[in-house]
Amino acid sequence: MPQYANIAVSILFDGLAYAMFLFITSVGLSVTMGLMNFVNLAHGAFAMAGGYLVVSLTRTLGVPFIPSLIIAAVVVGAVSILFERTLYSRLYRATDLEQVLLTIGLAFMAIATYTYFYGPIPKSVPLPRWLEGDVNLGFRAFPSYRAFLILVGAVLIAVLWYGFERTNIGAKIRAAVDNRRMAQSVGINVDRLFTLTFALGSGLAALGGGLAIQLLGLNPSFAVIYLVLFLIVVAVGGLGSLKGTLLAALVLGIFDTAGKYLFADAGGFFIYAITVLVLLVKPAGFYGRE
Amino acid sequence: MAASETVSAPAKATETARERAARYIASRHRFRWVEALPWLLAVAAFFAFPDRMTFGSQVAIMVMFALSLDLILGYAGIVTLGHAAFFGLGAYTVALMMVRLGWNEPISGLFAAAIVSAFFGFILGWFLLRYRGLTLLMLTLATAIMLQEAGNLRSDISGGYDGLPGLTFKPVLGLFDYDLYGHTSYLYALAVLAVVFFFVRRIVYSPFGQALTGIRENVRRMHAIGSPVHRRLVTVYTIAAGIAGIAGALFTQTNAYVTLTVFDFDNSAKVMVMLILGGTGRLYGAFIGATVYMIMEDKLSKLSPTFWQFGIGLLLVLAVLFAPRGLLGLIEKAENYLSKRKS
Repeated sequence: MPQYANIAVSILFDGLAYAMFLFITSVGLSVTMGLMNFVNLAHGAFAMAGGYLVVSLTRTLGVPFIPSLIIAAVVVGAVSILFERTLYSRLYRATDLEQVLLTIGLAFMAIATYTYFYGPIPKSVPLPRWLEGDVNLGFRAFPSYRAFLILVGAVLIAVLWYGFERTNIGAKIRAAVDNRRMAQSVGINVDRLFTLTFALGSGLAALGGGLAIQLLGLNPSFAVIYLVLFLIVVAVGGLGSLKGTLLAALVLGIFDTAGKYLFADAGGFFIYAITVLVLLVKPAGFYGRE
Repeated sequence: MAASETVSAPAKATETARERAARYIASRHRFRWVEALPWLLAVAAFFAFPDRMTFGSQVAIMVMFALSLDLILGYAGIVTLGHAAFFGLGAYTVALMMVRLGWNEPISGLFAAAIVSAFFGFILGWFLLRYRGLTLLMLTLATAIMLQEAGNLRSDISGGYDGLPGLTFKPVLGLFDYDLYGHTSYLYALAVLAVVFFFVRRIVYSPFGQALTGIRENVRRMHAIGSPVHRRLVTVYTIAAGIAGIAGALFTQTNAYVTLTVFDFDNSAKVMVMLILGGTGRLYGAFIGATVYMIMEDKLSKLSPTFWQFGIGLLLVLAVLFAPRGLLGLIEKAENYLSKRKS
């Protein structure tokens, strides 16, 4: 294969893997923000919590990697209900600023707590043998872990799409995102719906956090560093839109990877430049409601 | 000011609405004796802690930075996550003037920093202040990070994350040289803060300031009565950017170095926490918030940075749940409670 085509394929492949991570972690945030207009800056903290749970399960308890991911997602999702009921629910009708402050406060507390127990040094996890090394797809070899990530992402997209578009509860969520008051007046319990999607979103974030350990490394500042990316994906995609979140994750993931491959010095510049451009033209994001 | 005439004249029954409004604004603008307290304390601190004046000058700078945020957040209700952009621009303006042009006269440096930051604030505000909510948060955040990345890209000019060290500035007014204990720095920062403060105070108690509060409380109604909302917001954003630029310039001058970390998200978040802690939209909130925050940071982060970060998080959560109007709000609440009990 010619050199430039090889690089282009690498960028697309790595970009796709990165985009899947962004999608898995951000989609819950997008739906909860679309439902309640709640600015949740602690979302990254749930992802980090998931990552550390996977580290503890695999390293200390010897649970294999894949079951650990599932356990982490379920546990973090369940615990997030506690936070939602005791703290978040008090601020549904508060201003953006109050929501920003409460959730960034929670994120700081989470970072401090995890630094205290796990230390600031990045953690790694033991992977099953079939996720190490490369997988040959006929015309060239790709890193297995990234291929696995893309596969997980594709399965989740299919499941979420089905749940969102083809089930009763998905229809209720879409109705509530479109018009909360109207949905309430036809008898949809939006509060309970929110709790449910919040738990699901936090669980997915935890899954994303667990998947990110091998891809990006995990230390306590994960909660804030990647939070900015999740928020960008949500804002660029449009609140509450599955399609938008996927498109934004793909665009940002691939462009960011390309930027880092081709112009190493410019670093994160591209992703922010794209964000600003998209938001200036479409303030509500790709598929958001103006 | 035309309003001063109506203040001295006793209120007449035939007073028009316009006169009544002018009298109200003028009465709010009047200086109250309590307001001398923070300044007296600042001067007292100079004599009480002569060996902590380097720290004192940093407190004064953060007060100024928080004050500039109060103008846009507390009065105009613009929520931003990128205010450090202007602080950083001011800081780099004086640093680059020194390194590239050899210009190291401090006071003209402050003016230059104010002009550069205000110009940038004007351009940004013109484009960004049409947006609201999450979009605005992300746009302000992204512009601050883009400035940082641009600086990192040209680290041959900016010094990158290693920074530009060893900047030397001429004595203030050609008379007062910087000393090891930061005595000059403190008084210099305090004097600039005083000038800036009275400028800000004048703005918020002017009809323009009233219009800003109106926009914060109800944008639609302000549109409906024909107030030029976008122009007002851009104006105050420009002013706040200029003041943040002055604070940044003072930061460079008193520390004699600057690194790209001035553009950090942490810096934007920190100044917001200070302001919230003190109380937004009440001028002296910036004083109390920044001072309390800086002293706590100084004491607690020496004990354990982890502990400190947890504390700041807890403080934010508690502030939102129990004291949404900050420490000053709590004091006012206590005052009201006591005066009610008396009567």
